[in-house]
Amino acid sequence: MDAILLQFFNIDIMVQAAPLIFRGLGMTLLVCAAVVPLGLAGGLMVALAGRAHSPGVRFVVALLIDVFRAVPPLVLLIFVHAGLPFAGLRLSPFTSVCLAFFLNNSAYYGEIYRAGLDSVGAGQREAARSTGLTAWQALAYVVIPQAVRNVLPDLVSNTVEVVKLTSLASVVALPEMLYSADMARSLTYNSSPIVLAAVVYLVLLWPVVRLISRLEHRVGG
Amino acid sequence: MDNGSLFIDTFFKPELIVRYLPDILKGMAVTIEIAVLVVLAGISLGLALALVRSLRWRLVNIPIVVLVDVARALPPLVLVLIVYFGLPNVGILLPSYAVLWLVLSLLLAAFAEEIFWAGILSVRKGQWEAARSTGLTYSQTLLHVILPQAVRLTVPPLTNRTIAITKNTALGTVIGVPEILNQATTAESFSFNATPLMMGAIAYLVLFVPVVIAGRYIETRFAWRRT
Repeated sequence: MDAILLQFFNIDIMVQAAPLIFRGLGMTLLVCAAVVPLGLAGGLMVALAGRAHSPGVRFVVALLIDVFRAVPPLVLLIFVHAGLPFAGLRLSPFTSVCLAFFLNNSAYYGEIYRAGLDSVGAGQREAARSTGLTAWQALAYVVIPQAVRNVLPDLVSNTVEVVKLTSLASVVALPEMLYSADMARSLTYNSSPIVLAAVVYLVLLWPVVRLISRLEHRVGG
Repeated sequence: MDNGSLFIDTFFKPELIVRYLPDILKGMAVTIEIAVLVVLAGISLGLALALVRSLRWRLVNIPIVVLVDVARALPPLVLVLIVYFGLPNVGILLPSYAVLWLVLSLLLAAFAEEIFWAGILSVRKGQWEAARSTGLTYSQTLLHVILPQAVRLTVPPLTNRTIAITKNTALGTVIGVPEILNQATTAESFSFNATPLMMGAIAYLVLFVPVVIAGRYIETRFAWRRT
C-alpha cells in the first residue's frame, strides 16, 4: 500500500513537478484553441461539400472522410511530422499537430454535421428560399443553426475526444501537459507527475463528461 | 530527377517496400490480435457492468459510474503511461502488449457500459411490467425482453466507439508493442525514408476502411428502429 502511494500519489514529487505540468497545461490549452476551431470549421466545410451537386465532389469527400477516419490519429501525426520532411516539408511540432488533427477532426466533425444537416427537413430550406433569402442565407440563418442544435451533444462529445487527442502531441515532443508530465516522470523515476496530469485532465473534462452523459440519457429515455 | 520519381522514391520506393513488407505484415498480425482481444474483453465487461448496474444497488453503482466517467475523461495515452511505467515499481511486471490490452479493454468497457445502460434505460417501463406480469423472473425479463430491444439501439454507437478504441492500438508504439506503427517507425529510422510510414498508413487503411464502411452500413441499417 505504501509503495503504491509513494509511486503514484507522492505529494512531494507532485509539488515539484507542478510548475512544469501547469506550463504544459498552457500549451495543451493553446493546442485546443487552435485545433477545436479548425476542426469545427473544417468539418462544416466537409459536410457542406458532401452535399454538393457534383457526384465527383461527393465521391472525393466521402473517400477522404473514410480515409481519415480509418487512419489512427497518431499514425497521421507521425506521418506528417516524420514522413513529410523526406519530401522537403519540415513542420514544427505545433504545426504538425494542427495539420494532422485538422485532417482527422474535420472528418469526424464532418460526419456529425452531416447527420445534423440531414435532420433538418427540406421544407425549412424551401420556406426560407421562398421568403427571398439567397441559398447561402438560407443555409447560414435557417438550416445550419437547426442542424447544429440537433447534434449539439455529439459535437460536445467529439470536442472532449479532441481535447484528449492533444495528449498525442507528446509523441512529437510538443511540450504540452502529458509531455511535461512524462519528462518529470523520467527525471524522478516516479509516476506521480503523470497522475497529477491525469487529475488535471479529470478536472477539465469530468464536468463535460457528466453533462454529455445526462444529455445522452435524456435522448435515450 | 523529376518530381514524379522523387515522389516515388520518397514514399513508394520499391526495394524498401519489398524489404519491409514482412515486418509490416507482422505488425498487422499483432494489431489484429490485440484489437480482437480488446473487443472481446471490453464489450463483455461493459455488458456485465451494465447488467449489474440495472440491479440498481447504490453501493455498487457509484463505483461503476465513477470508473466509467474517469475512463471517459482521461486520454488513453495517459493511462497507458501510468500503467506501463507505474506498475513495475510496485512489483507488477506486465509485458507491453498486456498493458495495452488491459488499458484499451477497460476504456472500451467503460464506454460500452454507458452505451448498454442508455439502451436498457430506453426500453419503456411497460415492457418490464408486462414481462414480469407474465411470470418471468427478473433475469428472464432482462435476458429475453429488455436486452434484445436495448441491443438494437446500442449497435451504432457501440460500433463507432469500438472502431475508435481499436485504432488506439497504435498507441502501443509508445511503449514498444511491435504493432504496425512501431514496425513502420523502426523501418523508417533504419532506411531513412518515408516509404515504411506510407506502408504503415496503408496497412491501417486496409484494416480499417472496411470496418468504417461496415460501421456506416450498420448505422443506417439500425437507424430506422430509433424513431
